[in-house]
Amino acid sequence: MSLTTSAPKIGLRLNLSRDDLLMRGGLVALAGVLLLIVGLPLWALLAKGFQDGDGRYVGLANYVSYFSTPALFNSALNSLHVAAVCTAIVVPVAFLYAYALTRAALPAKWLFQGISLIPIFAPSLLPGLALVYLFGNQGFFKGLIGGSIYGFDGIVIAQVFYCLPHAIMILVTALATADARLYEAADALGASKLRVFFTVTLPGAKYGLISAALVVFTLVITDFGIAKVIGGNFNVLATDVYKQVIGQQNFSMGAVVGMVLLAPAALAFVVDHLVQRKQVALLTARAVPLVPKPKFGRDLFFTAFCTLVSAGILAILGMAAWGSLIKYWPYNLSLTLANYEFANFDSNGWESYFNSLRMAAGAAIAGTALMFVGAWLNEKTKGFGVVRSAVQLLAFLPMAVPGIVLGLGYIFFFNAPNNPLNFLYATMAILVINTVAHFYTVGHLTATTALKQIDPEFESVSASLKVPIWKTFGRVTAPICLPAILDIAIYLFVNAMTTVSSVIFLYAPDTKLASVAAVNIEETGATAAAAALCLVIVATSASVKALHLLADRFLLGRLQAWRRR
Amino acid sequence: MTNYLEVRNLSKRFGDFSALGDISLDIAEGEFVCFLGPSGCGKTTLLRAIAGLDPQTSGTIRQKGRDVSGLPPAQRDFGIVFQSYALFPNLTVTDNVGYGLVSRRQARATIARRVDELLALVGLPDSGSKYPAQLSGGQQQRVALARALATSPGLLLLDEPLSALDARVRLRLRHEIKALQRTLGVTTIMVTHDQEEALTMADRIVVMNHGAIEQVGTPQEIYRQPATAFVADFVGSMNFLSGTLEAPERVKIGGRAFACPAQDGLAVGTAVRLSIRPEDVRVRDLPADIANRVAVDVAELDFVGAFCRATLKVQGDSDVALVADFSSNLIRDLGVAIGSRLDVALPPDRVRVYAA
Repeated sequence: MSLTTSAPKIGLRLNLSRDDLLMRGGLVALAGVLLLIVGLPLWALLAKGFQDGDGRYVGLANYVSYFSTPALFNSALNSLHVAAVCTAIVVPVAFLYAYALTRAALPAKWLFQGISLIPIFAPSLLPGLALVYLFGNQGFFKGLIGGSIYGFDGIVIAQVFYCLPHAIMILVTALATADARLYEAADALGASKLRVFFTVTLPGAKYGLISAALVVFTLVITDFGIAKVIGGNFNVLATDVYKQVIGQQNFSMGAVVGMVLLAPAALAFVVDHLVQRKQVALLTARAVPLVPKPKFGRDLFFTAFCTLVSAGILAILGMAAWGSLIKYWPYNLSLTLANYEFANFDSNGWESYFNSLRMAAGAAIAGTALMFVGAWLNEKTKGFGVVRSAVQLLAFLPMAVPGIVLGLGYIFFFNAPNNPLNFLYATMAILVINTVAHFYTVGHLTATTALKQIDPEFESVSASLKVPIWKTFGRVTAPICLPAILDIAIYLFVNAMTTVSSVIFLYAPDTKLASVAAVNIEETGATAAAAALCLVIVATSASVKALHLLADRFLLGRLQAWRRR
Repeated sequence: MTNYLEVRNLSKRFGDFSALGDISLDIAEGEFVCFLGPSGCGKTTLLRAIAGLDPQTSGTIRQKGRDVSGLPPAQRDFGIVFQSYALFPNLTVTDNVGYGLVSRRQARATIARRVDELLALVGLPDSGSKYPAQLSGGQQQRVALARALATSPGLLLLDEPLSALDARVRLRLRHEIKALQRTLGVTTIMVTHDQEEALTMADRIVVMNHGAIEQVGTPQEIYRQPATAFVADFVGSMNFLSGTLEAPERVKIGGRAFACPAQDGLAVGTAVRLSIRPEDVRVRDLPADIANRVAVDVAELDFVGAFCRATLKVQGDSDVALVADFSSNLIRDLGVAIGSRLDVALPPDRVRVYAA
């Protein structure tokens, strides 16, 4: 065999299998779709900022005029101010609440957990409406506060309600991943409770705290509904975009404000991404989960704290509910269902609610399919690094883009007369597409995480058995990931029901959504009807979520017997 | 002899790192070959290149005369079993085993018969309706084996198939897999880092280190005549004594000379390491004129169960230490204890010399 050792090295030409070609084709298609629904609209927005009203290139003129107009520039400062204050309030409260849920022996823990999630099911204008009832010009407790609720104070209170569940969820996750043995070791070494808190608990939750702070900051800065309802004369970036575009039809300036709004959100996203990359798995496979033991003083304190916070959440929701049932606030407090006759307040009547249902169902079905298949293609395609990175980038982008900015980009891109996709404008389809794009990142991440958790050799095995990869997708991968797929669908449904910001520019008279109709109704001064519509949305999305939990618990266990040992 | 698998000049690079460097290897039909080496030695990389799962950077692979170098896994002929089993958790054992058969458009009854046959073969005749999570680790590995064998592949690849199992199950499965392989006569490559596993199961062992092959040989050759110091050290236990080659058949260690087999490859005067296995150190009935006799002190005596592992210090040369395995009988008969003085011999035919 001396001959073989002297044989020249042969460069390798790899033949691609049908699976490989199929996957690569799919991935290119996915990149194209993401480019159309995320990349190009944002590009159109960016370009618009450098054009005048007639589409001529004017360089930085719009930006110069933005920063030299104090009225506009002040909104940016207002936005930052509100976001900073809200973050400073929400994160400590959410930390205590999450700490109580994970580290104390609370009675009725599930109830406290459930209540803390309620705000997620509401459009953001709901807390604004409730505050109007409580402290508005004709509010119950108007006398209790010195000045007017409209403006800074109102926005902060409403934002705290609106952001709390997001921060609590992140921190519960961060605090839940604790290794009991670390605490036992600290105890054995005689560390004081305070020292254990600062050396074990806090470092363990560090990344969660940073993440929660950045999420709250971004939510506040990009939210539109609250500032719209209770902002009064206190202008913020999100309402400025709306005013420039809808009020003054100044699209170029709207684009500039949108870009300014994009900056802090994108920055927060990048910071979070960099921080999370440093995080290593704290919970190894060998970790022993921490189960809190009852301790009277601590449990009493946290029960009281959680009761207080929950009462606050329920008060805001309850106020909106009560307000929606009252005949004529505050003069005639007798109850009525008249405010639910939406036709008396908005020409679409209940139709906007059914539009919302159709849109949410469409987004849930189409979006889940796209996100899951997309994440699968991106995870399982071999090689093809450039396209995979492009898909990854485009999938992450929406997280950093405020809804109102994306919505604006959609106007510029899809409404351009020379765009062959122009026919989509003002249809139900564009609302679905926009919603899928807006919430793409979380669905993509959920799917990717689920796919990473299953054995990476399934595809190797099926290749060795000559079974096409898509068959294994249908028979094995998708069924195993069913819980994650349901999670994505429900997430999309709930967000499609409640979102206001990105769709407010995109609806046509016959495709108006409930959340948008609530904004319109509120603008006419019919607060009770707006609250009623918000409650219908809350009831719908919360019921869907409850159904999901029940299905997860009972149906999935029965259908997927293989999960039982 | 016709080779079933011919690997020629196979290299695999990850950026600047060379995971496999110019590997050439022949495997005969029906042979059971083990790739043995420490983690990171490239054994799994080589297996995955042969399967086409992670193709090599350069080099060729021929299977049964067919060049498969650039073919995707689906166009090659192999069955594979992973350390993680990679059983489809949502499918029953029957569906798992039949997974590759269903897509071949065979009649349902034919598939069912074949699956039953395979399950009987791996000793799980009644587990067809169970799900993988309801089986023990050892049972899951048998199902994985049955699934890999279902399509009657010409080549069976086993990637550390036993490492996730506990010791007793591992021992039993070793024999079962080996017996099964003999019955079916399927050419088999198994990757393992467990030398005992390789020694008991393989027809031939390929010892690898740093992406290169150190030695290819039968288990006896690998154990008795390790080609390199690495192989000597990695497979089994080995004493290494540093010295200089004084003459082709003599190594000087400390103040003493030791006889060794003639060394043609090494120049006189080079620094060498003389090696001997602990069980080859002779103690009983030493003839007066025996070669390489040394007087030693027993410094440590570790009880290992069936025997004791003794650390011996050469008298007058206390930094030269030697490990020897003493049977319980020997310890009783000679009254060996810590501090005992003994005469031992290093039989020249059991001694090997490597360049230092």
